Amino acid sequence: MPDQQELTDISYFPGCSLATSAKESNQALVRVCRNLGYRLVELKDWNCCGSSSAHSIDSDLAFRLTSRTLSLAPEGMPLLVACPSCMLNLRQTQIRLETDAAASDDFGQRWQRPVDGNLKILHLFELLDKESDQFPDAALSGLRFVPYYGCMLAGPPSLRNEKSYYGLMQKILKRCGAEPLPWNESAKCCGTFLSVSSPEVVEPMVNRIVQSAVDSGADCIVTACAMCHLNLEIRCTLDTKVPIFHFSELLALAFKFDVDRSWFSRHLIDPVPMLKKKGLWP
Amino acid sequence: MKKMSSEKTKRAIFKPDVAFGNEVVRRSGDNFRRCLQCLCCAAGCPVSHAMKYRPNGIIRLLQLGYKKEALESPDIWLCVSCHTCSDACPMAIDISAMMDALRQIAIEEGVQISEPGILNFHHEVLNSLRRYGRTHKLEIMMRYKLRQRDFFSDMEVGLKMLTKRKLDLKPSRIEDPDQIQKLFSKSLT
Repeated sequence: MPDQQELTDISYFPGCSLATSAKESNQALVRVCRNLGYRLVELKDWNCCGSSSAHSIDSDLAFRLTSRTLSLAPEGMPLLVACPSCMLNLRQTQIRLETDAAASDDFGQRWQRPVDGNLKILHLFELLDKESDQFPDAALSGLRFVPYYGCMLAGPPSLRNEKSYYGLMQKILKRCGAEPLPWNESAKCCGTFLSVSSPEVVEPMVNRIVQSAVDSGADCIVTACAMCHLNLEIRCTLDTKVPIFHFSELLALAFKFDVDRSWFSRHLIDPVPMLKKKGLWP
Repeated sequence: MKKMSSEKTKRAIFKPDVAFGNEVVRRSGDNFRRCLQCLCCAAGCPVSHAMKYRPNGIIRLLQLGYKKEALESPDIWLCVSCHTCSDACPMAIDISAMMDALRQIAIEEGVQISEPGILNFHHEVLNSLRRYGRTHKLEIMMRYKLRQRDFFSDMEVGLKMLTKRKLDLKPSRIEDPDQIQKLFSKSLT
C-alpha cells in the first residue's frame, strides 16, 4: 500500500445509495482506490443528483440539483463518481452547462462562481482501467462469475460519444484469476424505482436475470451499480439464487484486505458459504 | 349512399393535435418525428411487457396527434429512463427526454394519471430531497405506503432489509437544507 504522502487526492461524489444502503460497497471502493494510490475526498455537503424522480417530473429542478453539486467541486482535481445513474445525471448537466448559455448564466448567478470548464467527471471504471495492471494475479482463482452492467452501458444520444466500459469487469477480474462466463443479461435493466412502486413489473425482470446467471453455472453475479445489487437481491422470487457482489467488494477480496465481515452480513443473499467453499474467505 | 349528417362527419374526422407534438419537441429538445417505426426501441425495452403501446407506439400516437391517448397511457410512467431504447434507435431519438416531457405535460394539464402509484413515489422522493437534500429510503418507503394506503404488501422485504441494516433509521442530510429549499423555486434568491 502506498505511503500517505504518495496518495493523489481526488474529490468524490458517493451519491445516496453508496452513502447509505450500500455503504459496504462504498467502504470497499474507498479502500481499493487507496490501494491504487488515490485518496477519495468526499465532496463537502453534496446533495442527491435527483435520481430518476427529479428529471421525470421536474426537469428544471433536476438541473438545479446537479448544478449545485457541480458548483461544490474544488478546482484542479477530477470528480470521481461510482454510481452509473448519478454519473449520467451529472454529465448531462455538465454538457448542458457547456452548450447552453442561459443555463451557465443561471449557474453563475446562483452559485457565484463560473462554470469550471476544466472539471473532469471521472467514472470509477475509468480510474480502475487506468490502474488495471496493479491488481493481484490469481487472487480470485476458481471463482466463476457473470458480469452485470445493467443500464450503465446505455445513454441518451447526447452522451453517445462517452467512453464505454463494457468488458472492464471481465478484464480486471480475469487478471485476478476469476473466470467470466457468457450469458444474455449483462446489459438488461434491473427495474430501478419500479421495484418500490410496481414490484409485479420488476419481479419477472429480475427473475429472468438471476435465472440466466444460475443457468450459466456462475458462482455469483458482479454488479456495477448499488441499486442493481439491491433490486436483484430483494425482487428475486426464485428458489435457487446466486450471491451478488458489487464489483468493488470483489476487488477488496482480491487485495486480501482484512475484509470486514459486516459487509457481507448486510447482503440479503449470504455470499460467505460460497466464498468459503471456493477458499476465498480471508 | 346515405349522406352522413354534418354532425356525424365532424365526429368521424380526427383532427391531429400538431401543436402538442411541437410542445413535446420543444421540451424534450429532440424531434420524435424522425422515427421510422422500426421497433428497435420496443424490442429492447425492459418494461415493454407491462406497457400498453410500447415506446414506438407512444411515438406513433404523437406522430398522429393522439394527445389524450399518449398522456393517459401507463407507458409514460413505466418508462424508467434506462436509455436502452435510444441506444438501439437508428435515428438516435432521445426517447427518455420525450417521456420526461410527456409526464410533465400530463401533470400540468391535470389529465387522468394511469399510474398514480409511480407518481406518488416520485413525489415522496422529491419530498425527502426537500427535507434532507438527500434521499432517505426508509422514510420514502413508509410515506409511499401510507399514501397508497397499502400497509401489508412488501412487509417481508422491508423487515428483511431492516434486519440486514440495509435501511438506515436516520437520514443522511446536508448541512444547510435551506439551500435545497431554494432549488425548489425558479427564482435565484
